[in-house]
Amino acid sequence: MSDKISTTPEAELARNICASFGNKASELLEILHELQHRHGFVPEAAIPAIAKAVNLSRAEVHGVVTFYHDYRREKPGRHIVKICRAEACQSMAAEETCSHAERKLKVKLGGTTSDGSVTLEGVFCLGNCALSPAVMIDDKLHGRVTPQRMDELLGGLARKAAE
Amino acid sequence: MITIYVPKDSAAVSVGADSVASAIAAEAVKRGQSVNIIRNGSRGMFFMEPLVEVATDKGRMAFGSVTASDVPSLFDAKFGAHSKALGLTEEIPYLKNQERLIFARAGLNDPVAVEAYQASGGYKGLAKALGMTGAAIAAEVTESGLRGRGGAGFPTGIKWKTVHDAVAEQKYICCNADEGDSGTFADRLIMESDPLTLIEGMTIAAICVGATEGYVYIRSEYPDAISIMKQAIANAEAAGFLGGNICGSGKAFSLKVRVGAGAYICGEETAMLESIEGKRGMVRPKPPIPALEGLFGMPTVINNVLSLASVPAILAEGAAFYKNYGMGRSRGTQAFQLAGNIKQGGLVEKAFGITLRQLIEDFGGGTFTGKPLRAVQVGGPLGSYLPASKLDLPMDYETFAANAAMVGHGGIVVFDTSVDMAKQARFAMEFCAAESCGKCTPCRIGSTRGVEVIDKIIAGEAREQNLVLLEDLCQTMTDGSLCAMGGLTPMPVLSAVRDFPEDFDRPARAQAAE
Repeated sequence: MSDKISTTPEAELARNICASFGNKASELLEILHELQHRHGFVPEAAIPAIAKAVNLSRAEVHGVVTFYHDYRREKPGRHIVKICRAEACQSMAAEETCSHAERKLKVKLGGTTSDGSVTLEGVFCLGNCALSPAVMIDDKLHGRVTPQRMDELLGGLARKAAE
Repeated sequence: MITIYVPKDSAAVSVGADSVASAIAAEAVKRGQSVNIIRNGSRGMFFMEPLVEVATDKGRMAFGSVTASDVPSLFDAKFGAHSKALGLTEEIPYLKNQERLIFARAGLNDPVAVEAYQASGGYKGLAKALGMTGAAIAAEVTESGLRGRGGAGFPTGIKWKTVHDAVAEQKYICCNADEGDSGTFADRLIMESDPLTLIEGMTIAAICVGATEGYVYIRSEYPDAISIMKQAIANAEAAGFLGGNICGSGKAFSLKVRVGAGAYICGEETAMLESIEGKRGMVRPKPPIPALEGLFGMPTVINNVLSLASVPAILAEGAAFYKNYGMGRSRGTQAFQLAGNIKQGGLVEKAFGITLRQLIEDFGGGTFTGKPLRAVQVGGPLGSYLPASKLDLPMDYETFAANAAMVGHGGIVVFDTSVDMAKQARFAMEFCAAESCGKCTPCRIGSTRGVEVIDKIIAGEAREQNLVLLEDLCQTMTDGSLCAMGGLTPMPVLSAVRDFPEDFDRPARAQAAE
């Protein structure tokens, strides 16, 4: 394996972030969160750069990236819509909200709309179980999201995009 | 000048609290009226959110389920008689009939204001603890009868004593705030409504065992809790309640927030340690127990948010006061969380011993849809489904265990008659397959086989034989899994088979498509 230092912007960004966390392996989750926050996802080129910076093997970094659901390997849509599919939301017909959103956006859970505007994801529990069904859009929580409310929320995203 | 409280915790915001707050600010400007808007935390009565409160001579008056369009009429009524008025907040039966020790301050103030926290009785427990030896603190907590609120119910004081007695250069306090169980939100509520109680509890734990560093491991699904906790830690530090010299005692304790990354298994304590260390959240075999070899191999106290948040009241009021609540070997109060298909969902803190029926009917007001209740899942996704006939069970660790169920974290998810229990059993296995860390075979493989076997039962394929196979598989998972993930997944599965057999014996349906 070559020791040549990668000069891609992704690798450069990854190295800078690692340095800001003291190049400590114990900070790996924080490093990946920060990288994803700034880049949108964890690019392949970042993995060897991080491994070298924090003194881990590429396999170890790859192992962490792939273990956690949060870390994305591909660029997501401009908005991320997470629908809760756990028990409390199931009891309030979250599956209807979910399939409604799939039909509306013409995309399956885990997919991104063809115009790149929305990534739709199923998650297990957003901690809003007294106001089920729960949905999170870009870090903002919504409660009592019936199919009708879902339409309003998706309509809001479309309006924002048009502005 | 009127003072108006509008909660800023994520549940209240999820149903419009932010737009209510900005509507109030805008309306005040329009009318040239001076108002002081305080963004407090929720009181935990989520079904009434956004719950707006107005300070008066008589106390705080509440207005429930307020929308932005209600705001002009609230000003017209001078925040008096109005269709959304609920009277004095403290007199609302849902709140009045609770026994709030952990959540006593939730929703009273701006959650990150240290002075307001102290003014309402905060840091009294820490002041006591600073005058006691570590051994005496551990003894007080043991005497109180406090058991781990994360689900396992291990005596907290005994855990602390083990770490206290261990000899090491560095010890840690780790708070497990990876609240991934569906039907639970109490950890989030305390972090967003009264985070200083948790910080105080962790500081007392640190002083007890001689730890100088601590971590709060919060799931990434809780961005608001993360930012409020970070702010509260910074404020506590600035006020001298954290850092190198706590309250001038010469004792040091620093606290950091660690953010999870969407893995349910990291709520298992050893997987959480791995995750804090920056690794994959793989479960560690025990022994060694984390109290002796925990974070970075050092003695570590790992407690759930609510266990730690119970401690300030125990130290402030004494073990005898706390022990006075509860029944049998379940002492103190539990934060019951009414969730799912329920009319009045929210947080109910009550002494152990209250029945499920009192919680669901008296506080919860029955199902949201109005259809009859059919099943209740208690204690999260690894807890049993109980039929309507078992609603009179008192909430007590031992009583539930004797009925093949668990109190767990106190989460209560209600289902009406539209529920299909075979589908719920299948989901329990599917969830385990999705969230297993993969370290041990019974959990990793067993869960996938479990989904397949339940699919066959649903499809009507050799039902009797497959039910026997399912029981056998569940036994293997119970006996052979490394942690509670694989070990307890059989609980919801077998309870569904046992108490709702009719759902497994319907005319064959098309394969549950998912």
